[in-house]
Parts: sequence; C-alpha cells; structure tokens
Amino acid sequence: MKRLFFFAALLCLALAGPAHAVEPSERLADPALEARAEAIGSTLRCLVCQNESIEESNAALAHDLRMLIRRHLAAGDSDREVVDFLVHRYGLFVLLDPPFMPVTYLLWLGPPLLVLGAGGVLLLRARRRSDVPAPPALSAAEDARAASLLGES
Amino acid sequence: MLVEIGHFALILAFLVAAVQGVVPLVGAQARSRALMETARPAALLQLGLITLAFAVFAHAHITSDFSVLNVYENSSREQPLIYRITGVWGSHEGSMLLWVLMLALYGGGVALFARALPQSLRARTLAIQGLLCCGTLAFILFTSNPFARLLPAPPDGRALNPLLQDPGLAFHPPFLYFGYVGFSITYSFAIAGLLEGRITAAWARWMRPWMLLAWCSLTIGIAAGSHWAYYVLGWGGWWYWDPVENASFMPWLLGTALLHSAAVVEKREALQRWTVLLAILTFGMSLVGTFLVRSGIITSVHSFALDPSRGIFILVLIATVIGGALILYAVRAPAIAPGNPFAPISREGALVFNNLILSAGMATVFLGTFYPLFAQVWSGVKLSVGPPYFDATFLPLMTPAVAAMVLGPVLAWRRGDLVGTVRRLSPALLGAIVVTLAVRAAVGPAPFWALGGIALASWAMLGVIVDLADRAGLFRTSPATAWRRLSRLPRSSYGCALGHFGVGVLIAGIAVTTAWRSEQIVTVHPGQKVEIAGRTLVFDGVTEENVANYREQRAKVVVERNGAPVMTLTPERRFYPIAGSATTHTAIVTNGLADLYLALGDPDGHGGWVLRAYFNPLVPWIWFGAAIAALGGLVSLSDRRLRLKLPARRSAPAVAPHPPTPRDLSRGDPTAEPG
Repeated sequence: MKRLFFFAALLCLALAGPAHAVEPSERLADPALEARAEAIGSTLRCLVCQNESIEESNAALAHDLRMLIRRHLAAGDSDREVVDFLVHRYGLFVLLDPPFMPVTYLLWLGPPLLVLGAGGVLLLRARRRSDVPAPPALSAAEDARAASLLGES
Repeated sequence: MLVEIGHFALILAFLVAAVQGVVPLVGAQARSRALMETARPAALLQLGLITLAFAVFAHAHITSDFSVLNVYENSSREQPLIYRITGVWGSHEGSMLLWVLMLALYGGGVALFARALPQSLRARTLAIQGLLCCGTLAFILFTSNPFARLLPAPPDGRALNPLLQDPGLAFHPPFLYFGYVGFSITYSFAIAGLLEGRITAAWARWMRPWMLLAWCSLTIGIAAGSHWAYYVLGWGGWWYWDPVENASFMPWLLGTALLHSAAVVEKREALQRWTVLLAILTFGMSLVGTFLVRSGIITSVHSFALDPSRGIFILVLIATVIGGALILYAVRAPAIAPGNPFAPISREGALVFNNLILSAGMATVFLGTFYPLFAQVWSGVKLSVGPPYFDATFLPLMTPAVAAMVLGPVLAWRRGDLVGTVRRLSPALLGAIVVTLAVRAAVGPAPFWALGGIALASWAMLGVIVDLADRAGLFRTSPATAWRRLSRLPRSSYGCALGHFGVGVLIAGIAVTTAWRSEQIVTVHPGQKVEIAGRTLVFDGVTEENVANYREQRAKVVVERNGAPVMTLTPERRFYPIAGSATTHTAIVTNGLADLYLALGDPDGHGGWVLRAYFNPLVPWIWFGAAIAALGGLVSLSDRRLRLKLPARRSAPAVAPHPPTPRDLSRGDPTAEPG
C-alpha cells in the first residue's frame, strides 16, 4: 500500500509539470464562496501527493477535488457537509487537520499536558528549594567600587 | 584507479575511526597518557582520509566519470559545472559522505583547536566522536557505497533531479549538515563529561564555540532551505511543515534550548544534568532527522531512496547512539553534583522556562510528524497531520516563550525582580502597544492573531533596544559614558541581543505576510494587464529557447506603477528532457519590505498562459530575521572569553553576567571585565 502511494506520488510529480495549484478556470465567481472553498481545500490532503493540500497540488485528483468542493458549495452545502462528504469517501486520511477523537487524543492533548505536567513539576521543585538568600547589602566601600566599575565615577 | 583510492581511503578512515573510538577511551580509564594521546593524531588522520575520499568522489562527479554508478545516476554531460559540483551531495550516497566529512571536521577541529581541554576530557570527547564516525562509515561502506563501479561505463548519465538543479541547493544542504552534524560534538562532550563524572562551568565553556558554530550553521541552513522552497515551488509558501523541514527543525529547537541551558551551566553551574540530557537528545534528533529523510517511512518530497536495509541499519545506529547514551546517563548522572540553587523568578528561571517551551515545542513537532505512523501501527487508522495541526499547537506554545524572551536577559541571576524588570522594559511595552494600535489604525480590521504577532514582534525588537539603552545608561549619563559602556559590553551580550532581535524580525515577517499577502491567478494573453497591490503587470508573451540541458519558456512581464514602466520580470518554466520533468523559475523582486512574486503556469492552448502573481509584504523579514539571529551566534562566537585560556577553576564562576550585580562585583577579581 505504501509502495503504491509512493509510485502514485512519483507519477504525480513526474506528470505534474510546473503548473501550480488552483487554476483560474476553477475559481468561483463569488469571492465569498471561493474563499470558503480555498479554506476547505487547504485543510484537505491531496491523496496521491506527498504532503500537499489539494489547494497547493497540481495533480489531477486535486483538480477534481477542488471542482467537487466548489460544486458542492455552489449547490448550497455547508463547509461541514462538504468535509463530511469527502471524509466519507476517502477516510480520515484526507484531513490534514485531524479531528479530536479517541485515536487522536494523544496527538491533541499531548502538547498541553506536557507543558502543564513538566511546568507543574518544575514549579513544585522550585518551591521546595526557593530558599535562596537575598544578597547581603553592600558596604560603602563596595558601593564605591561598584560605581567606579560601572563607569559612574 | 583514483576511485579505488577514494574507496580505500574510506575503508582506512573506518579503521582509524575504530582505533580512535577505543584506544583513547581505554587510555582515559587506565590513566595512560600515551594511549590518550592517540586521540588527536587519529582524529586528524581520519579527517585527512575522509577529505581525500570526498575529493575523489567530487572529482569523479566534476569530470563526469560515468563508470561510477553514483555519477551515472546523478549527473550528465550537459549539466553545468555548478550542478556537477552540487550533484556531489545531491544523492543519498554523496550526502552521507558529506555527513561523515562534517563529523570528521568537528573531530579534527577539537583535536586542533581545543588545546585548553584537560587531556582525559579531550581524549574521551574525540573517542566518542570517533565512534560516531565509525558507525556512519560502516553505514556508508556496507549499505551506500558511493564508489560502486558501473562497467562498462555508459556514454552519458541520467542527470540530477531537476528540482535540485538550482543555486539554492548548492548551499543549503552543506549548511544544514554542518549544523546537524555539529551537534555530534556536543553529544561527544556530554558523553565524555558523563564518563568523567564532572560537568562544570569549564565544560560548558569548552563546548560553547562548537555548539554555537553548529547552531548558526543549522539556522542558516534551515532559512536557506525555506527560501529555496519559497522561490522554487512557485506559489509563495515558505514553510510547509513537511517531515523533512520538521527533521531539521527538531534539532534546531533542542539545539536552541541547549544553547540557553549551557549558558546556565557556564555562568552559574546549575542545570548540569538537564544540559547533558539535552545535548544527547539534540544529536539524537539530528539522527532521527536523517532516518526520516533516508528511510522513506514518512512520505516527503525529499526522500532519496526506499531501501529497507538502510532504514534498519540507521535504526540500529540511532538505537545504539541514543539508547547507549541514555543508559550511561541513567548510571552516571546521579553522580554529577547538584546545581546551585536559584529562585523561580531569576535569569535561570527564565532560561528554564525557555527550555521547557522549546522542548515541548520539539515534542509537538515530533508528535505531529510521527503520529500518522504511530496511529497506523497501533490502531490501523490512516491519519494525516498537516499544517493546520502545527499552526494550532506549535504557535500558541511559542507565544509565551517569545514574550518571556525579552525579560530573561534583563532579570538578575539567582533571584530576580519581575516588577522591576517589567518597569525597566516599560518603554518597549508601551512601544509595542503603540505600534500595534498604529498598524490597526492604518490597515483597518485585521485578524486577531496578526495583531498579536505584530505586538509580539515589536515587543521583542524594542525590548532588545530598550535593554541595551538601559545598560548604557542612555539619557541618564553623558553620551560619551553611554558609548563607553556599550563598547565594553561583552560580545556574547550583543550575540544574545542580535539573536532575540532576529526572532522579533522573523515574527513580524511571518505575521504580516500571512495576514496581508495578495494574489492574482489569471489566464493572460499577450498585452493583457493584471492589477496587484497598486502595480499593473503587462503580460508581453512567452518565448521558447533551448539552453544548456533544458528547454526554457520565458515570459516577459512589464511592471508599471502610476502608468510608467518600472521594470521587466521574466518568470520561467524549464523542461529537462533527460529527466523528463519540469521546474518553475519564479521571478521575484524585493525592496526589503515586500516581494512581488511571479510564476508562469501552463498554456491554455489558445494563446493564453496562466500567470500567478503574489504580493508578499514583509516576507523578506523572515530570512532577514533568521540571518540576524545567525549573525548573533557568530558575534557570540567571537567573544573574547572563548578565545582566551580559562583561568584556574574556581568554586563559583567569577565571570559576572551583565549588568553586573553588586554581589558579583564584590566577589570577582577587579581585573576581570564583567561578562
């Protein structure tokens, strides 16, 4: 399967040529609708490419998906409905922005838990040994030397 | 014949590395001076042999010796000289050879220049470096021999991947590798320190120049790679959260954390154990990065080859290097003396916070990069983790670190005064608010995150300036005194200031270009005009021509402002017949504040061409920022205390941070300059 993807990706790279991403002919006349389409497209993976969203990719599949999104939006579907339709068709793999669900709990909760956990441990440890004495006050002679070293003489 | 000499040199280097990895270690354990002294000549000999092998390999590429399999696969006669040279590291075998050359360079550098090191520490450091070389050379010799022959020699080669035939490629991999691999020497220092059982301020100072060198190089390499992607991929993006970018970003994040925690070890003899662990993990991440790129287990545009035997070899190498180090760490770290205490609000505290955030940031990038793999192995679910995830997790994580970055250098060591620090920096705070409000007033409604980015960026930049002015006593003393104080500040504080200022510049670039870029993607016919960001682009048709080893389609676009032509831009497409693929050569014009970016797309078959025009405000600041930060590293590298011999060991470091606290002055010797 992985190998298949690799070859598909290679094919995609080889055939693609230097054209890039969204073509003028694909764009919707209504700028608000087009903006929604682009926002959706940039969170969907081009399935035959390597780590490109369908907005960035020039593969034929990406073109088809862009057109599909625009058709659905023009027909009055909500963003959610369009995305759900594509997930239903291609699986979770199509989402560059993985949803919050049991299999991704660790993915989404990992970073905040790590910061809070490590930060908490550090704070506890710091509290335990925060008995750092304040530096003693300087004598007049030391003050004078400090001033001269600082160039205030 | 020459090629075989290169091959033999490599085999010999492998044997020398094995000797270098064992004999000095035994010597250090047995306290035998003679055995320890083998480390230096071995490191230098090994460097010489690997340099010879690399030179032979480069010679084969430059002279197009197609009897060498690698040259046949990655070069061709018509390829211009510069790409015959860059083709040396454009393949898996060549880049591994470059990698091991860098390893040997760092080893040779320590052997030559680190004269102040105690003999046993130097012997152990070089021995560990030798073992790393030994492992890498075994990998090259047994799985990716660059000198494999192809007989009879074919008349012409298959040419370098056209995407790689670009000046950007000429420079970014060597910098990246010099950075990646540079963290091998901090790893070696860490292991040697563990073996010695002593991690001291002196240890951190000896490690510092090498660490700075690696960090600067990695910073430049990542920035150059990002710029390469920006102009080669043809739609103006500059960071893709691609696994390969992440692979270089993870060691950078940890390396940056290491730079800061090593400063605590050097100045205050605290955080020693953590610093050692960080040094091990940073190089571990460099290795994981290599694995990521080489193995093809994670799909990315950069993968060279899918070869399971290589992947397994590297996996075993990583497991040995990281696992062995961690076991040693578990055994030896408890013996390291605990660090000097400090209050949570102190310079140390700020640096711990910095380390916490940078490490968590690294963990986030790691999680996002590898999660699809984990998820598939554990639950069989095929997932994607893309830019939206990283934007949602990494960026909020970094925000408090950048906000605190300004406070850190102003706080006192041991015990700081947060209120006093914020008061000292209040002009910067005020300035950041004014700048943000001014931007809001000038451009109208703006996304919240964009204004937040601008506030953060101006806080970072102004914070550095206000701090410097404050240290000089500007407006409080005479200008002459202020100037004298500024010129007396140690280079390392200027390095820190530049580094932090660079981060501010970078954030400004990211925020502004992401929020306010504009684009026009249209099909144009000759004579047609396109309006973008107050400029008029007049499309003047496309000419075709055969150049060197490719066929070129070059568009001519005249840029007009207020009806008068100001310049002509020529975005191109190149088709490489040998490789059967094409690349885009964008036309970018910059004034330092914004880029006008043109890319030529496909013809529509009726005389029209797709033209992509982007106006990216402040995008150059992303690379300026990185360059300023790297410059900061170099300035810090030139600090005089790194060039001078270390004074005899003291119980507490006499080197005072700046501004010198009264306590430090009362304790330090009067001849020492602060810092």
